[in-house]
Amino acid sequence: MSDFVIAVAGLTKRFGDTVAVDGLDFSMTRGTTAALLGGNGAGKTTTLAMLLGLLLPTAGEVRVLDEDVRHHRHRVLPRMNFSSPYIDLPHRLTVRENLRVYGMLYGVPELGRRIAALARDLQLEDFIDRRVGSLSAGQRTRVALAKALVNEPELLLLDEPTASLDPDTGDWVRGYLETYRDRSGASILMASHNMGEVERLCSDVLMMRRGRIVDRGSPGMLIDRYGRETLEEVFLDIARGTSRAKAAQ
Amino acid sequence: MSASLLLPLRRVAAIVLRHLYLMRGSWPRALELVYWPTMTMIVWGFTTQFLNTNSSWVAQAAGVLIYAVLLWEIVLRSQFGVAFSFLEEMWSRNLGHLFVSPLTPFEWVLSLLAMSLIRVLFGVLPAALLAIPLYHYSVFELGLPLLAFFTVLLVMGWAFGLAVVALILRKGLGAENFAWVAIFVLAPISGIYYPIAVLPAWLQPVAWSFPTSYVFEGMRAALFQHRFRLDYLLTALALDAFYIGVGALLLLWSFRYARHTGALLQMGE
Repeated sequence: MSDFVIAVAGLTKRFGDTVAVDGLDFSMTRGTTAALLGGNGAGKTTTLAMLLGLLLPTAGEVRVLDEDVRHHRHRVLPRMNFSSPYIDLPHRLTVRENLRVYGMLYGVPELGRRIAALARDLQLEDFIDRRVGSLSAGQRTRVALAKALVNEPELLLLDEPTASLDPDTGDWVRGYLETYRDRSGASILMASHNMGEVERLCSDVLMMRRGRIVDRGSPGMLIDRYGRETLEEVFLDIARGTSRAKAAQ
Repeated sequence: MSASLLLPLRRVAAIVLRHLYLMRGSWPRALELVYWPTMTMIVWGFTTQFLNTNSSWVAQAAGVLIYAVLLWEIVLRSQFGVAFSFLEEMWSRNLGHLFVSPLTPFEWVLSLLAMSLIRVLFGVLPAALLAIPLYHYSVFELGLPLLAFFTVLLVMGWAFGLAVVALILRKGLGAENFAWVAIFVLAPISGIYYPIAVLPAWLQPVAWSFPTSYVFEGMRAALFQHRFRLDYLLTALALDAFYIGVGALLLLWSFRYARHTGALLQMGE
C-alpha cells in the first residue's frame, strides 16, 4: 500500500481550445487534509471531477487509493465519497429515503444503524422524515455531508463545503469534518474559496491559477513565503499575479 | 448469494427504490401512469362498440381495437418508463452523485429497465382490467401469445428509451421533448389498427424491419385466424435483440461522451 492516497502525474484537461487543467503533478499523503485553492476557473472543480472519474482527462495519470481511476474507478468508488453544493440530492425524497438509497448504492452494512448514527452525529433527527427540498440551506448541507459520509469513506472530496452557509453553520461543519478526520483517519481534499476554512482544516495547500499549481505548502509556510499576514492576502497575490507572487514562486 | 452478485443487485434495487419513493410521495406522478392508458382504452372501447355494428372487419374479431391500443400502450409506456426515470435524475440534478457512487453504467441501465417494467405494469394493467367490466373484452384471453407480445413490445420500448436517454445525454435537456414523441415514429408503420398491407408498397419493408409490426400482425392472426405465428415471434425477438443492442451502444457512447465533456456534473434544469 502506497503512502499516497492520491497521486497525479501530468494531469491535463482540454475543452476544445480551452485548457482547464494543465499538466498537474501532485500527491497527497494518507490521513491529511489538503486544499485546492484558486479563483474561479482555476481548475479546482475540474480536478476533483477527474479524481472521481466523472470527467475523463485529456492526458495524464490519476491514481486514487492505489487504483488507476481512468480504468478501474469502480474498484475505488466504494471507498471514497464526494459532496458539492452544486449537485443536489433528490428534493422530493426525505432525508431518510435519500440516505437509504445512497447507503444501498455504497453497499453499507447495517444501514439502519448507520443512518441513525449519522442522524445523531449531524443533528438530522428533527427533520429526517422531511423532504430535502423543504429544508434550509444549512440543513441541506448537513444532509449532503451525511450522504458523503454514509460509507465512512477513506477519502472525502469536497467542493466548497461551506459555500452559502452562515458563519455559525459553516463553523459547525468545519468542526464536524475535523472530528471525522481525527476519528477515522480519513483523508480530505477540498476545493474552497474560504481562506479561514483552509487555514483551520488543511495542512497542505495547492494554489492553482489557470489550470496549474503555482505554489504549494502549509498555510503558515505560504504566508511566510509571501510576506503576508493572512492566507487571503497570499491568495490575492497569486490570483492577481502580483510582483510579490512572481518573486515568491 | 455471493457478495459479487449481491452488491450489484443491491445497487439496482437502490435506484428502483429511489423511483418508488418518488412515486409514493407524489400522487400526480402515480396517477399520470394510469390516466392516459385508461382514457385511451375508454375511447377505443366506445369506438369498438360503434364499429361492431358498423364494420364487418371489426365485428369478425371483437375487441381487436381495444387489444391493439392496450398493446401499443405497452411499447409507449416502456419507452416513457426508461426516459422519464432518467429525466427525473436530470430534473433533480442528481446525476453527479449517482455516478460518483459505485453504480456502474450497466447497473444503471438495468435499473432503468426495471423501472420501465414497473411503470408499464402499473399503467397498463388497470386499463386492461377495467376493459373487462366496461366492454366485456379481456386482453388476457389471448393467453400465452399475450406474454410473447408483451415481451417483444417491452424490449422495443426499452430500445427506444435507451436511444432517447443517449440523445439527452449528448444534447442536454434541449432534447427532452423527444422523450414524449420519439416512439410515435413507429405508430404509423407498425400496423396497430390496420394491416401492414395497407401501407404503400415502398413503406412495407420499413414496417417489417421493426418488431412491433410482427406483434400487431400476430395479434390479428390470433384473433381472426385463431393461430399463433411463431415465425413472427422469432423474427420480432431477433429484431428486438438488434435494437436493444443498438440502444445500449448509443447510451454507452453518450455516457462516455458526457464523461469527456463533464456533462454529468452540469446537467440539470
